Amino acid sequence: MFTNYQFLRIVAGISCVKLLFLPCYYSTDFEVHRNWLAITHSLPINQWYVDTTSEWTLDYPPLFAWFEWLLAKVAVFFDPAMLHVESLNYSSSMTVLFQRLSVIVTDLLFAWSARLCCLEVGRRYGVGLVEPVFVLLVCNCGLLLVDHIHFQYNGFLMGFLFLTYARMLQGRNVEATLWFSVLLCLKHIYLYMAPALLVYMLRSHCLHRLPGAGKVLWKVSIKAMVQLAVPAVAVAAAAFGPFVMLGQTGQVLSRLFPFKRGLSHAYWAPNFWALYNAADKFLAVAGRRSGWYTPRNVTTSSTAGLVQELEHEVLPPVLPAATFIITALSMMPVLVWLWRNPYKPWCAVRASVVCTFCSYMFAWHVHEKAILLVILPLSLLCVQEQFEARTFLLTSIVGHFSLFPLLFTAHETPLKISLWLLYTLLCWRMLSLHWYPMDHHRLFHHGLPNIPLTSLPQTLYLLGLLPLLLLQVLSLPSLPFLPLLLTSLYCGLGLSWAFISYYWQLLHLDSDRSKTA
Amino acid sequence: MSTKVIESLSIATLVGIVLRWAVSFHPYSGANKPPMFGDYEAQRHWQEITLNLPVHAWYTNSSDNDLLYWGLDYPPLTAYHSYLNGLLASYLNPDFVALFTSRGYEGYDHKLFMRYTVLFVDLLVFIPAAFFYARTSKTVYRHRVASKIDFLALMTYPGLILIDHGHFQYNNASLGFFVTAVGALATKRDCMGAIFFSCALNYKQMELYHALPFFFYLLGRCTKENSFAEAVVKLCSIGGSVVLVFLVVWSPYLRTLESLTQVVKRVFPVGRGLFEDKVASVWCSLSVVVKLREILDNSQMALLCLVTTAILCLPSCINLFRHVTFTHFKYSLVNVSLIFFLFSFHVHEKSILLVAVPACMLFSSEPFMVCWFLSVTVFSMVPLLDKDGLFLPSLSLCVLWVLVYEVAASHCKSLNLKSVIADGRTGVDAALRRWGTALVCVSALCCAVLVLAFKCIHPPSRYPDLFAVLIALASCAHFCFFAVYFHFRQFSLQTNKKHAEKKR
Repeated sequence: MFTNYQFLRIVAGISCVKLLFLPCYYSTDFEVHRNWLAITHSLPINQWYVDTTSEWTLDYPPLFAWFEWLLAKVAVFFDPAMLHVESLNYSSSMTVLFQRLSVIVTDLLFAWSARLCCLEVGRRYGVGLVEPVFVLLVCNCGLLLVDHIHFQYNGFLMGFLFLTYARMLQGRNVEATLWFSVLLCLKHIYLYMAPALLVYMLRSHCLHRLPGAGKVLWKVSIKAMVQLAVPAVAVAAAAFGPFVMLGQTGQVLSRLFPFKRGLSHAYWAPNFWALYNAADKFLAVAGRRSGWYTPRNVTTSSTAGLVQELEHEVLPPVLPAATFIITALSMMPVLVWLWRNPYKPWCAVRASVVCTFCSYMFAWHVHEKAILLVILPLSLLCVQEQFEARTFLLTSIVGHFSLFPLLFTAHETPLKISLWLLYTLLCWRMLSLHWYPMDHHRLFHHGLPNIPLTSLPQTLYLLGLLPLLLLQVLSLPSLPFLPLLLTSLYCGLGLSWAFISYYWQLLHLDSDRSKTA
Repeated sequence: MSTKVIESLSIATLVGIVLRWAVSFHPYSGANKPPMFGDYEAQRHWQEITLNLPVHAWYTNSSDNDLLYWGLDYPPLTAYHSYLNGLLASYLNPDFVALFTSRGYEGYDHKLFMRYTVLFVDLLVFIPAAFFYARTSKTVYRHRVASKIDFLALMTYPGLILIDHGHFQYNNASLGFFVTAVGALATKRDCMGAIFFSCALNYKQMELYHALPFFFYLLGRCTKENSFAEAVVKLCSIGGSVVLVFLVVWSPYLRTLESLTQVVKRVFPVGRGLFEDKVASVWCSLSVVVKLREILDNSQMALLCLVTTAILCLPSCINLFRHVTFTHFKYSLVNVSLIFFLFSFHVHEKSILLVAVPACMLFSSEPFMVCWFLSVTVFSMVPLLDKDGLFLPSLSLCVLWVLVYEVAASHCKSLNLKSVIADGRTGVDAALRRWGTALVCVSALCCAVLVLAFKCIHPPSRYPDLFAVLIALASCAHFCFFAVYFHFRQFSLQTNKKHAEKKR
């Protein structure tokens, strides 16, 4: 039985840890959000998506702007000076306190909806699982590193995602649609998983199979479609309506989808394009050295560390439209699989994980923080099938490691390493207790390291992260971007493998045999 | 050790490291407060002095070494440690430790360096000591889980984290040696225990708080030998190893009597006065009502303290000498150091750590009382920590500590783990069960109100330290209660032994 007391205990504990991170390094995202507080508080609505006083212009959908507007109402009591648009890079101690506290408090939404999802896990797989999975969710090291140190509101947004999942699992599809629409209007990155949820809703909520001899007949329930469309349209209208009426639709869309930004971020997110970029670099260098190929001349250096258009020298250049098509194609198999497994919300959760993973792998200008969108839902799945536990372990270890370049300051280094190790150990402990309860595991088997739920090649790969970590810490002045490049590459390999193996095993999952529903 | 145990201990260790490093981001004592700054500057200054001056000049006043500006007042092991740190500092950036010009040096890189030195001591001394203790004490406990719970307490006790990694000190070095010594005595490695305790003593002279229990326990162990000859041999070997450690550590200062006395005068400054600031000792509390400083002079006060402390330590020590068991020893450590804290001369608030760390080693025997006691120790240090800007971390860590207790207690309950001394004392246990929660609630409410008042209310101008003194008074009352309770527990341990003997 997962009591309120147990829930409060864990939430209080992790919140106390988050409070300790108050004086840590914060990134430019801190100034981004301070600026948005200022814009929404001090300027009229028609200026929100137009103002360029600061370089950190508003590029999230309107509901997030309203969220910042609400926060600003509280911020006035901490330090009104932070709400002036001209106070660029303002960071008084009260500003820092307010911003950090806002992240900690809004995380409570995530805690609440995570609890709802864990109760669903417990309902199907045993109440003993509720607390461990809940701990894995709220103590996720990636969220601690990105939200409470680097500074973002991912926990708050994940709260809405998990609320969507919870309602879906409870069969309340209309509410789920409502919450997902709210989520999309808060941060449009969640479009990554929209196809899966759309297919699930269409198939399981709107389509009814009519019994008939021989031929299968479908009946589209117009009523069901309307039930789903109403909250979605209402939320979208409430969010975007004012800006459409102001004639700023184009402006808003250009802010939300800035395709000028380049295929890869300054630090390449460890996805397929990182491997592509690395292969291109390698071929260019090899081509120049051996002379068999003269690469195209490019003016920009992709390793210079600035966010700009990346130009490939050997391999064909990549256009945004191409990435869109590739992403869409990669999602097709899992969407078909989902269509064939109706009325099973857990399959929808799985499909959304795969869709997000596809987008992470192939989309345009992916940020490495997006891996959290894969890891967190996987935490719900890791107790259901063994291959999901393996994927979760690999993805979380490599994914969280790939976030290290975000926190590059010297003082934060021991903290990020120990948090990562601690979370890894917790996952291992919890998952091996669940999947191998009787085993008294020996760390070494026939002289080789034997870690539960990872095969030998995977174990060796994971151990390879340690020299990479050493390289990151002892950065070489002559090749400053080598550690970042190697991290992208190495993590890209691991995540690609996790993606392919999970996708493959999911498509072959016999969901009727397993307890999935 | 099985994988599961290594996993549990590793998780506890990493939790400890995360908490320690997270506190290191917060301010240290004396940050941005010229001209004297605080303990952080004192440690930096000792690196400067030990690096730039020859050994015999470290404790003597000279034009290069102004003893009034944070003169060395710890025994030589601290000085050697400062020397090593100074070497490292000079390699990283000579400006950190340049003679005279580095006074008051502050900066991001310097803070990082200093914080790393404390973490290194944790990684090299304190954490291995705690591991060693967890391993050796396993043999003494009935259940293996108990030693893991003690380890968890040592890793997460807020007071040590806040003082070492926040305020800035190296208590983890001397306490690490102390914990190793206790661990050694758990498996009857008496010489090893004596050696490590001598090291602890040579690092910080405050370890004298623990000296009496060590002495009486080891003496008692000698009397348990089969023959008189063997007892004498054992006594000599223990005594010999202690003397050897002292000789090695103090060797640079043994050339002349003058150099020796100079160091001793610095390490035991009798001129300082009965107490500093507002401490939760009995004399400080008494002096609120009776102005002791006006009635008696320094040397008379010192004598009074010596006599009271000696008399009040006797019961616990004699009991330990009569029943030479490891559990008696642990209780005696807590009791004697608590008596010292309450009644001895020139006690500092931070000295409560010397009582708290032995109490951590009793956590599995008495989770409820030890958790309460350790929370009060943190409460007693709130005025000091608040002055350093560590109020928020103190609050967070204290709440976390209570949650750690909750987890440990529910774990024990699920394993049906009875405390070591539960048999036979059902009267007190029953009373605790009935009244314990109520007592804790009253205590917690009182402490919470005082802390809130301290933080939020401006004290009247006539009594500017009103709330700090009230906190000290409340802590003293709690500590006196705990002194009585732990003494009672120690004396009631013997019934168990009789029980165990009867069973055989």
